[in-house]
Amino acid sequence: MAQVTLRKVVKKYDEVLAVRGIDLDITDKEFIVLVGPSGCGKSTTLRMIAGLEEISGGDIEIGGHVVNDVPPKDRDIAMVFQNYALYPHMNVYENMSFGLKLKKTPKDVIDQRVRQAAQILDITELLDRKPKQLSGGQRQRVAMGRAIVRDPKVFLFDEPLSNLDAKLRVQMRTEIKKVHQKVRTTTVYVTHDQVEAMTLADRVVVMNGGIIEQVGSPNDLYHSPATKFVAGFIGSPAMNFISCQLEQAAGALRVRLNDTLSFPVPSDRTGRYTPFVGKPNLMLGLRPEHITETRPHTEPNQHDFDMLIDVVEPMGMETLVYFTVNGREICGRVNPNAGAEAARSMKLRADLSNMHLIDDSTGKVL
Amino acid sequence: MANTAVPAGASARPNYGSMSRDRTWALRWSYFFLVLFAIFFLMPPIYMLITSLKTSAEISAATNPWFISNPTLQNYIDLLSQNQFLVFFRNSAIVSICVVILTMMISVIAAFALARMKFWGSATLATGVFLTYLIPETLLFIPLFKMFAWVNETFGVQLMNHWWTMIILYPTLTVPFATWIMIGYFASIPKELDEAALIDGATWMQTLTKIFIPVALPGIIAATIFTFTVAWAQFLYPLAFTTSTSELVLPVGIITTLIKGDVFNWGQIMTGALLGAAPPLIIYAFLMDYYIAGLTAGATKG
Repeated sequence: MAQVTLRKVVKKYDEVLAVRGIDLDITDKEFIVLVGPSGCGKSTTLRMIAGLEEISGGDIEIGGHVVNDVPPKDRDIAMVFQNYALYPHMNVYENMSFGLKLKKTPKDVIDQRVRQAAQILDITELLDRKPKQLSGGQRQRVAMGRAIVRDPKVFLFDEPLSNLDAKLRVQMRTEIKKVHQKVRTTTVYVTHDQVEAMTLADRVVVMNGGIIEQVGSPNDLYHSPATKFVAGFIGSPAMNFISCQLEQAAGALRVRLNDTLSFPVPSDRTGRYTPFVGKPNLMLGLRPEHITETRPHTEPNQHDFDMLIDVVEPMGMETLVYFTVNGREICGRVNPNAGAEAARSMKLRADLSNMHLIDDSTGKVL
Repeated sequence: MANTAVPAGASARPNYGSMSRDRTWALRWSYFFLVLFAIFFLMPPIYMLITSLKTSAEISAATNPWFISNPTLQNYIDLLSQNQFLVFFRNSAIVSICVVILTMMISVIAAFALARMKFWGSATLATGVFLTYLIPETLLFIPLFKMFAWVNETFGVQLMNHWWTMIILYPTLTVPFATWIMIGYFASIPKELDEAALIDGATWMQTLTKIFIPVALPGIIAATIFTFTVAWAQFLYPLAFTTSTSELVLPVGIITTLIKGDVFNWGQIMTGALLGAAPPLIIYAFLMDYYIAGLTAGATKG
């Protein structure tokens, strides 16, 4: 029983609105990731759940109780900080047992819990060490251990992997996921890294400018973004946006990018898109993986076109090609053996079955 | 050395050795100035030591002042067998230790509140604390005399001419500065550390005693050393507020009892000064390692 509910939560710093009235329901045992660019209010939201920031308006409930005025220690939460925040003068065991000791938990219970958590995190042999004798990854594990031993209702993670190098980050990411699968505690995790968000979350909350843009499973966000911001934020390399117009020609609906380039709209979308024929400020959103090299076999909604390639970036398992349409740089993902070369023309294929049509004036995906 | 140690392949990489050559010169200059300053600052204590080992006759004789022809410990024996020197020493010791305890108790708690418990006016108050330190103590004699007179009239407690008055007087000098040092030190402790403690269920007092004080130990030791030095060496207040021989502290005692009219008992003055300098020296020697060691290492990313 540890769902977390946010109702119209507002945070105001003097005159600046950091969080503009957000609603969010986090169910028991769920792993929720708050993601967004810096300054979007994700950390503030987490800190309000933790009780480290007062809320300026709205309600926060943990386990069915409104906790607006409850101090952090009575909220039954545990938090893992970006810089670990281990107590430097205590060894790992003392760091992990500090919270339990303050709660006057019996010594044998503390010992049992610390050793159990240490086992989960594989840090048993580090229990006697001081934080400064540990590597970054080990410190991160201890910080998680400190959270686990308290057996809280909710885990809060504030960008816990940002201080680790790329390789360790991937490793710790898997570790965090494993730990969550073992302990099944409701988790709220803040990151600016959309890959972390996608890989860890049951549901991702994309925030921008103090509001929630979209809440959904990683796949939902990736395949059906609600706004241009989400479409551009989730996925790497980012989704391509190309200004376009919708036109009705000879009974068929077409997206026209410019005088030479236009594609027919997939038949299953014509009904949805017809009302927007002739509307200004439209954008075609197409992910790089839906712009590939041409192949012998053509699926429905795939269309070939010739394009002058500006830049080629070989990545090993794939090659990224960049070209320009309507003054915008567009990225495509081609097979490394497709023979892409800079400053050469290449036959590419656009897969329109995964297209998005965006109203650029409202930022909404149509 | 830098010239002779250049390897055979150096001509192909002519700039390769410039780093170590720069370093060598930087070191030479550092040593030059360090030696210069060391000589400059060690001269007076060495002179004190030499003079304290001479007889009065030899001090006044027109010989090379840096030589001792008949070394004697007579000055030490005379001074230490006088009861009053030991009284001064005891007064100074009690005053200094009490002032250190009082100052640290006030300033650590005050600094914690000012640095961490963001309350209305905390920043102004922190600046105000420091500003009080900038007022010269000489300006405070008259207001203090007035206050003492008022205390005497109102409560019947005579504060004048008592060594223990210094225990409440010195903190007016030491508390602002020690608080200022501690504010700086506490401010350098990552905010996440008290937030972690807060979530772990620590009260403010527990956060202070179990987290901040151990972590800020180097800063506390720095402030302690400072406070002890100020209290031990304070001259103006005891000179102004104490007169009876039994109530004097060491710096004033040495001057007032060993200078009689225009007769300066140089040998004993130097001996007294040297013995008086010993306690701070010993404290420095013991605490210096702690002072330098940074205990915050490993708290955060670092």
